[in-house]
Amino acid sequence: MKAYIRGTGVISPQLTFNCTHFPDDIRESDTNLLRCIEPSYLDFLNPVMARRMGRVIKMGIASALICMKNARLDMPDAIITGTALGCLGDTEKFLKAIIADDEQFLTPTSFIQSIQNSVSAQIALHLNCTGHNFTFAHKGFSFESALRDALMLLEEGEAQNVLVGGIDEMTDHNYFFYDKLGLWKKEKINSSRLLQSDSPGTIGGEGSAFFVLNKNKSEDDYAILAGVKTIYNPESAGALHITISEFLKDNGLGRENIDLVLYGFNGDSRSDHWFTFVKENVFMNSGAGYFKHLCGEYQTSGSFAMWLAALCLKEGKVPPVIQWGKQKSEQLNHVLIYNKYGNNHSLLLLKKSS
Amino acid sequence: MSSRVFITGTGIISAIGNNVEETYAALLKKKSGIGKLENFSTRHRDHLAVGEIKEPDDLLKVRLGVNSSSRLSRTAMLGMIAAREALASAGISNIKQFRTGIISATSVGGMGIAENHFTQYLDPDDDNEFLDYINTLDCSDSTERIADFLGITDYLSTISTACSSSANSIMFGARMIKLGLVDRVIAGGTDSLSRFTVNGFMSLKILDNEPCKPFDANRKGLNLGEGAGYIVLESENASRGKNIVCELTGYGNVNDAYHQTASSPEGKGAFAAMQKAFAVNGISPQQVDYINAHGTGTEVNDLSEGLAIQKLFGAAIPPLSSTKAFTGHTLAAAGGIEAVLSILAMQHDTIFPNLNFSEAMPETGIVPVQSVINKKINTVLSNSFGFGGNTSSLLFSCAQL
Amino acid sequence: MNITLDELIEQLKTDIIEQLNLADIKREDFQADTPLFGTGLGLDSIDSLEISVLLERKYKVKITNSQEGKKVFQSLRTIAEYIQANQK
Repeated sequence: MKAYIRGTGVISPQLTFNCTHFPDDIRESDTNLLRCIEPSYLDFLNPVMARRMGRVIKMGIASALICMKNARLDMPDAIITGTALGCLGDTEKFLKAIIADDEQFLTPTSFIQSIQNSVSAQIALHLNCTGHNFTFAHKGFSFESALRDALMLLEEGEAQNVLVGGIDEMTDHNYFFYDKLGLWKKEKINSSRLLQSDSPGTIGGEGSAFFVLNKNKSEDDYAILAGVKTIYNPESAGALHITISEFLKDNGLGRENIDLVLYGFNGDSRSDHWFTFVKENVFMNSGAGYFKHLCGEYQTSGSFAMWLAALCLKEGKVPPVIQWGKQKSEQLNHVLIYNKYGNNHSLLLLKKSS
Repeated sequence: MSSRVFITGTGIISAIGNNVEETYAALLKKKSGIGKLENFSTRHRDHLAVGEIKEPDDLLKVRLGVNSSSRLSRTAMLGMIAAREALASAGISNIKQFRTGIISATSVGGMGIAENHFTQYLDPDDDNEFLDYINTLDCSDSTERIADFLGITDYLSTISTACSSSANSIMFGARMIKLGLVDRVIAGGTDSLSRFTVNGFMSLKILDNEPCKPFDANRKGLNLGEGAGYIVLESENASRGKNIVCELTGYGNVNDAYHQTASSPEGKGAFAAMQKAFAVNGISPQQVDYINAHGTGTEVNDLSEGLAIQKLFGAAIPPLSSTKAFTGHTLAAAGGIEAVLSILAMQHDTIFPNLNFSEAMPETGIVPVQSVINKKINTVLSNSFGFGGNTSSLLFSCAQL
Repeated sequence: MNITLDELIEQLKTDIIEQLNLADIKREDFQADTPLFGTGLGLDSIDSLEISVLLERKYKVKITNSQEGKKVFQSLRTIAEYIQANQK
C-alpha cells in the first residue's frame, strides 16, 4: 500500500507554517519546552466560527487548510486525525469548572470541545465534508494509525484524496503533570543540545501536521509514503531488529537501500538506547538524522518527522541541523523514520517520487 | 487477504448483565438496568437515571483475578472482562496462532478515577500517591491493559469518535482483515460513568431523569450508561473449522457536517451511513430483518434517525428497537455493546423490545417493537451516531458457508 | 437593583461577549435589537445553553424550557426585559 504526499501543512515550534522549504531560522528553547509558533487564526476563521474553538482545534483547522491549499485541493474524500490527548485544554477547563463550582452553573462549550474527535469534526464542518471521518487516539500510534487508515482507504478505492494529520498540544497543566511523572529533564538544557545531553528525561513539545495523500502520482508530490508499521512493546533489541528487517523486506528493500534514518531520539538516557542500538547495529551504513530538538517530545511527533522526511526527499538534501554524524550517501531515495513514545515504537518508510 | 469477515465470539458487560448469558436473560425478561447512581457521589445523584454496573471497582478486580492494589481504571477493567469473554467464546486458546490485533474505543478512559485526584495533581506539594492514574486518561490505556491481559501484541489501536467509536473499531478491524494486514481482531469499546460525563451531558440538557423513551413522542432525553462490548472478527482462513456465529456484511462511516452535537434534522448523515453499509456487499434494505437503532431517547437523534430510516426503507420499515432503555447510552462502548446485542438477536431469532414506548412521534409515526418477538433474523442493521457528526452503521448477517 | 433597561442591555452585552467569546465581533454588528439566532449574530443551540447559565448564575433568573428560551433569546432587549420582569 502506498500513497503520494501531495501537500503538507505544519504548525510547529519552528517557522513551518505556510512554508514550502526548510526554515533557515531555527528556533530553540532553554525552558525544556518547545511551544508552537502559531499563525493568526482569524486569517482562516471568522470570529463567530472561531469563538468557541480551543487552541488545538484552531491549530488543526489552520494546518489542514494550508495543507489543502498546498495540495491545490478543495475537498478531501476523507478526513482522518491522530491525536493522543485531543482537546486537552478544554478537558482541563471543564474539569476545573466542575470542581470550582461544585458541579453547578456548568456551560457545555468546553465539554463539547473536549470530545476527542473535535478536530476531525470541526474540519469536516468547516469544509462541509461528509466523507469518512475517523480519529485515532492511541498515544504514540495515533498518527501512524491515521496513516494506516488513509492507506487502506486509498487501497480500497474508497478515496482519491485523504486529508490526514497528527496533532497534540502541551498545556501548562499537562507539562506540570508530566514533570511530576518524571518525563522532563531535571536540569534546563538548550534544545539544540538534546543529542549531547546524557541524563534522564527529555523536553516537551507539540504540533500539528497535516498531509494530503493521493492515490495517483503528480508532478508536485513531495514523496511517496511507502509503508507504516507500529510495534508494541518489543521484547528486546534483537526482536526489534528482526521486525525492522521484515518490514523492509515486505517493501522489497534491505537496510542497504535506506539512505537516511530519522530517529526519534529524545535525549532521555533511560530509553534512547533503542535508537543507539538500531543506529549502530542495523543502519551502520545509512545516514542518520534526528528531529526532537526541533519539535520536542509529544505523542504525534511522527507527523513532524514525516513532514521533515518528505521535504528532504523533495529537495534532495538533508538540512545540517538534523544530521546526526556524517551524511553517508549523496543520493536520497529512501528515508526511514524510526520513532517511539514510551513502549509504542513505529516505522514510516518514505521514498522519492521520481 | 480475505473477502469475507466472520464473527466467532462475543463478550459484554453492562447494567443488565456481566456476560452474554446474563444479558440475554435480562433482555428476555424485559429487565432494564436503568436506576439510581450508587458507585460515586455527585450533586445530581437524585436527578439521574443511569445504566450503572453495580459492582464497584474492587469487585471487578476480583472478577478479573487481579491484585486489589493494581491501578486499573474502571474503563480498562470493564474492557478486560468483556474482551476476555469474547476471546474465550471464540475458542481462542493460542493467541499467537494467527496475527491478532485489538482495535478498541473509549471516550473518557480513566476519567472516573482521575477526576477524583485532579486537585491533588495540581498541587506541587502533593505526595503523588495517585499520580499514576493520570496515565489512565489516555485513551490508549484501556486498550493496552486489555492487550497485555490477553497477550495481544501484533496490532493495537484505539478509536475515539464519541458515540460511534466502537462501531468504527469494528469496521476498521474488518477492513484490516480484508486487506490481509491481520488475521483476526478483537474489536469493540469500553466506557465507564464519571462526574465529567454526567456534568457534561447535564450541561447539554439532553438527559432524562427518568428511564428514557426512545422514539416516543414524549421522550425527554437519554440515560447515561457504562459497559463494554467486544466481538472477535476473523478471516476466512483463520476461522476455518471453527464455529462461525455470523458475518459482518456491511459497514459505513460518514460525517453529517451539520453541527457539533446535533444531527441534521432530516438525518442526512444517518441515511448516508446506512446506504454506505448496504453498498459494501450490495445488500438491499428489504433483506434487513431487524434494526437495532441508535435510539438514545433525545428529541434530536430519534427524529433524525427516524426520518433517515423512513427515507431509506420507505413504507417497508423492518421491526426496529433501541436497546438503550435497557443499558443506557454507553457512549464509546455503545457500538460494541449493540453489536453483541444485534448478534444475540440473530443467534436466537429474537427481537428485543424498545422499552418505555407509548406514543409514536407525529413526524414519522414509527412504532418500535415493544415485546420480545420471535422472528427469523438473517440480517441486522446496527446504528451508532456520535457527536461531531460521526455517523456509522454496521450490517451483520447469518453466514452462508 | 435599580438600573435602566438601556444600562442593563449594555451590561448584558458585555457579559454575553465575554461568555460566548465574541470579543472579535464589531460592536455595530451587535445592537440592542440585533437578532441573536439564525440571521443577525448567528448564534446556535450551544450558545443558548451558555446564555441560560449566565442568566441563572449572574442574574438569578431561570429559563424553564426551550420554547420559553426561544422567545426570550431573540435579542439583547428581549433578554433584558425578561430579567427585569423576573428577577427576584
